[in-house]
Amino acid sequence: MKKMAIILAALMVSTGIMAGCSSAGGSQSSSQAQASVAASAASQSSEAADSTGGLTGSLSLSGSTSMEELVKALAEAFNEKNPDLVIDAQFNGSGQGIKDAQDGKADIGNSSRELKAEETGLTANVVAIDGIAVIVNKENTVADLTIDQLAKIYTGEIKNWKEVGGKDTPIVVIGRDAASGTRGAFEEILKVADKCVYAQEKDSTGGVKTAVQSTPDAIGYVSLEAADADDTVSKVKLDGVEASEENIVAGSYKLSRPFLMAVKEGNTKAEVKAFIDFALSAEGQEIVKNLKLITVK
Amino acid sequence: MQGNEMVKTTQSATATKSFFTIMGSSKTKSAIEKVMSVIFVACGLTAVLAVLGITVYMIVAGSPAIGKIGILEFLFGTRWAPTAADPSFGILYIILTSIVGTFLAVLIGVPIALLTAVYLAEVASPRLYKMVRPAIELLAGIPSVIYGLVGAILLVPLMRMAEVAIFKGSETHQFTGGANLLSAVLVLAVMILPTVVNVSESSLRAVPKELKEASLALGATHMETIFKVLVPAAKSGIVTSIVLGIGRAVGEAMAIMMVSGNVVNLPLPFNSVRFLTTGIVTEMSYSGGLHRQALFSIGLILFLFIMVINIVLNVILKKGGEKNG
Repeated sequence: MKKMAIILAALMVSTGIMAGCSSAGGSQSSSQAQASVAASAASQSSEAADSTGGLTGSLSLSGSTSMEELVKALAEAFNEKNPDLVIDAQFNGSGQGIKDAQDGKADIGNSSRELKAEETGLTANVVAIDGIAVIVNKENTVADLTIDQLAKIYTGEIKNWKEVGGKDTPIVVIGRDAASGTRGAFEEILKVADKCVYAQEKDSTGGVKTAVQSTPDAIGYVSLEAADADDTVSKVKLDGVEASEENIVAGSYKLSRPFLMAVKEGNTKAEVKAFIDFALSAEGQEIVKNLKLITVK
Repeated sequence: MQGNEMVKTTQSATATKSFFTIMGSSKTKSAIEKVMSVIFVACGLTAVLAVLGITVYMIVAGSPAIGKIGILEFLFGTRWAPTAADPSFGILYIILTSIVGTFLAVLIGVPIALLTAVYLAEVASPRLYKMVRPAIELLAGIPSVIYGLVGAILLVPLMRMAEVAIFKGSETHQFTGGANLLSAVLVLAVMILPTVVNVSESSLRAVPKELKEASLALGATHMETIFKVLVPAAKSGIVTSIVLGIGRAVGEAMAIMMVSGNVVNLPLPFNSVRFLTTGIVTEMSYSGGLHRQALFSIGLILFLFIMVINIVLNVILKKGGEKNG
């Protein structure tokens, strides 16, 4: 019986450790990510700490959750130069951000989509572009899909590659976990939010790439930068347009979205102008690049 | 060092100038006794404190989300869409996957492991024993990520072929490319082998020789002796090995994450599924708010799961032990 008790205790401890690990692991990785953003932001600002500087007022931002990482990184770097400036950033969705900017509740409304026709009275400043590439296995003969076909593949209406001009094999739909910003953007642009039927959900861009690389019938989506990084998977053209930075900047490749900062017309606060100028400066765009987004300048 | 010296001096009983002699004053000796007993208690308490700390933390971190979502909706909801416009946090399929997956893995792994243990303890020739034994030990030492990697490279493509053959022309089946429950179960079944083999084998070896000799002397064959005398006599050790195997299977994350597909689905053999463990790992890194809290709640459920398994089997063991004893 003593042995049983010892084994039991060992089991309890080991399982306890596992539970502890998974939670600790998660928070650790996110704090590391924050730290690295802070570090890169800090190193950049120290390089050119002499430009603007000296602002002492306050600046409020509101809007897109997808832009959280970018806005935080920009704000951090901007604060390095203007230590007395109080920046308050809320992340509550693009729609709310635009509304707050219109109502004057926030100086800047962050939006991860174009402004709609009825959202007037605002000046939109695009500070970065988020591009997503659709990838398939190297063996796949399908090189071109329409946006509509892609949406139908992801919602499960199209199940076989032969329906889109490929071989007679079932499509294996691979995507990202629910917390992923790439997934959020992909589903939002295709207007298939919460309707996707995935066969595999991966917790990283690399996971999606590896799965597509090793599964002949797979289709997946990753950030454009990751798709271009090496030659392990094929990019698919959308509506005949290749996924490339030029096509995204030109606006012909649809699977992309602008990260824009909307400012109410007539808002002449110096802090606002300085912050947007900073985001569009070489230094701000370096931050954009570090976050795997497409620069606009 | 001090311990050695003490042994040496007491054995030789020579009066050296060492601190620890039998000639030493009773005062210093009793001080040492006291200090050591405190150290022992402190070491023993470390494990207890760790378990207590983890338990308290899991309850504190895991309860708020359950409260906000509602325990019934959390445990029995079938829709897991934490980031949807209308989010829902039902983990029934995830719980079922962990139960079914573990059960199937044990169903496949335990018979193989038990027969291996019997083979090693009773049947194997010394030469073969020397080959099988290290193989089992190596299996225990392989990191789980390697199991996952090999599973993803070897097993998943095989599963894909089986899937394409079985579901050819099916309109309703969602093709997973081989990352499914069955792949995860097979990986888990192999992973629990060493645990079950090792503990079962040592408990079989611990059965008193007289039992075996008596059985053989009464005319029972070797096989009859093994299955009617030795295995029943080693029952409690074998049950322990199964508990440990279940513990390993329920708690495994890394290996099965690479072969199970990770989509919340009903646990059918060729469905892409998500386990309690992989559910936490997959989404923890980017999650926030209630979603993140809900992941902690999944952790709490997993924790309770293991506790319940332990307690239930401990009760069974106790009963078995009383009968035997």
